[in-house]
Amino acid sequence: MSGEASKAIEPKVLWGGGRSPFSISYGKIMMWIFLVSDALTFGGLLVGLGFARHAAVTKGFAWPSSEQVFTHFPFTHEHLPLLYVAFMTFILIISSVTMVLAVEAGHRMDKKKVAFWLALTVVGGAIFLGSQVWEWSTFIAGPDGDISTWADNATLKQNFFLPLSTEGGHAILGMEGPQAYAMFFFFITGFHGFHVFTGVVFNFIILMNVLAGTYEKRGHYEMVEKVGLYWHFIDLVWVFVFTFYYLV
Amino acid sequence: MERDDIIEYSLHSHHSAEEGVKLRKKIYFVTALLSVITIIEVLVGVFISRSANEGTGLWEAIKMGYIVLTLIKAGYIVLVFMHLGDERKYFKWMILIPYILFLLYLIFIALNEAIAVGEGMKL
Repeated sequence: MSGEASKAIEPKVLWGGGRSPFSISYGKIMMWIFLVSDALTFGGLLVGLGFARHAAVTKGFAWPSSEQVFTHFPFTHEHLPLLYVAFMTFILIISSVTMVLAVEAGHRMDKKKVAFWLALTVVGGAIFLGSQVWEWSTFIAGPDGDISTWADNATLKQNFFLPLSTEGGHAILGMEGPQAYAMFFFFITGFHGFHVFTGVVFNFIILMNVLAGTYEKRGHYEMVEKVGLYWHFIDLVWVFVFTFYYLV
Repeated sequence: MERDDIIEYSLHSHHSAEEGVKLRKKIYFVTALLSVITIIEVLVGVFISRSANEGTGLWEAIKMGYIVLTLIKAGYIVLVFMHLGDERKYFKWMILIPYILFLLYLIFIALNEAIAVGEGMKL
C-alpha cells in the first residue's frame, strides 16, 4: 500500500542518513504529529468527562442517562432513543469510507474517482454538521422549540434525571449533575464539530485542487492522503465521543 | 528547481488496478465491520438502558463490552483507514506508544482522584 514504507531496506541503509528512516514525506509525518497532539486534547476532554462523572456519582448526584435525553428524531414526535446519534455516527463512518476510497483512487492516479469520492466526503461532512445543528437546537429548546434558559434546559427538564439529593425540599441543580452533563455536551461535541467544520473546508479546498488538476501535474495525490488522515481522525474521535458520552 | 537529493516518497506510493481491487475489498470489509459494531452498540444502548441497570453487574459488563468494541473500531480506523498498519514498524510505535502510555496514566490518575474528590465532598 504505502509503497516505499513496505519495501525491505536494510536497517543500515535505512538509518544511515540521507533519507527518512520512516520512508514517509515530511508533510505526512507532521500531520501524524499534529494528530497525536490533537488526540491528547480530545483525550483530556473525555478524561475530564470521566472525572466529573466519577466525582458526581460518589457525591450522590445522578448523571443523566443519554438514552433518556436524546430521544428525539427530526419530523416526528416518536420516542426514539439514541437513533439520531446512531444516524450521525453512521454518516461519519460512511464519509470516512468514501475518503479512504478517494485516497485509494489517488494511488491509481484516477482523477475522476478521487473527485467523486472526495465530493461525497464533503457532502457527508456537511450532513453531519447539519445534524449537529439540529441536535444542539433540540437539546437547548426541546423538540417543540420551547424557549428555555441555560439553567432549565428543555431537553434535560423533560427527562427524569433529578439529582438524588435535595435541600430544603428543593432538588439541587448544581454543577455536578445535569448542568455538568450539558456543559460537557456542548464543549466536547462543539470542539469535535469545529474539527468537522475545518475538515469539510480542507476537503473542499483539496477537492477544488483535484478538479483543477494540481495533483495530476504533481504526479501524486498525497495531499488527499493528508486531509484524509485528518478526516479519519475526526471519525476516530467521534467513535470515542459516541461511546463515552452517549453510551456508557 | 529540481532537487535530486530529496526522495519523493509519495511518488512510490502508487499501486496498480489489480492491487486496487484487493484494497477496496479490505475497505468494504472494514466498513461492514464498523457498521455492525455500531448497530450492536446502539441496540444494546436502547434495549438495556443505563438508567435501569446502573450499579448492577450486568451494566459493568456492558460497559466493559462497549470499551472493548470501541477499541476494536478505533484499531481498524487507525491501522486500516489511516494506513498506520502499513507504515514502518518504528513509525507506528513512535505514534502509538507515547500516546497510549500517557493516556493510560491520565485515566488512572484522574478517575482515582475523582472518586476521592467525590467522597471528600459528600453532601
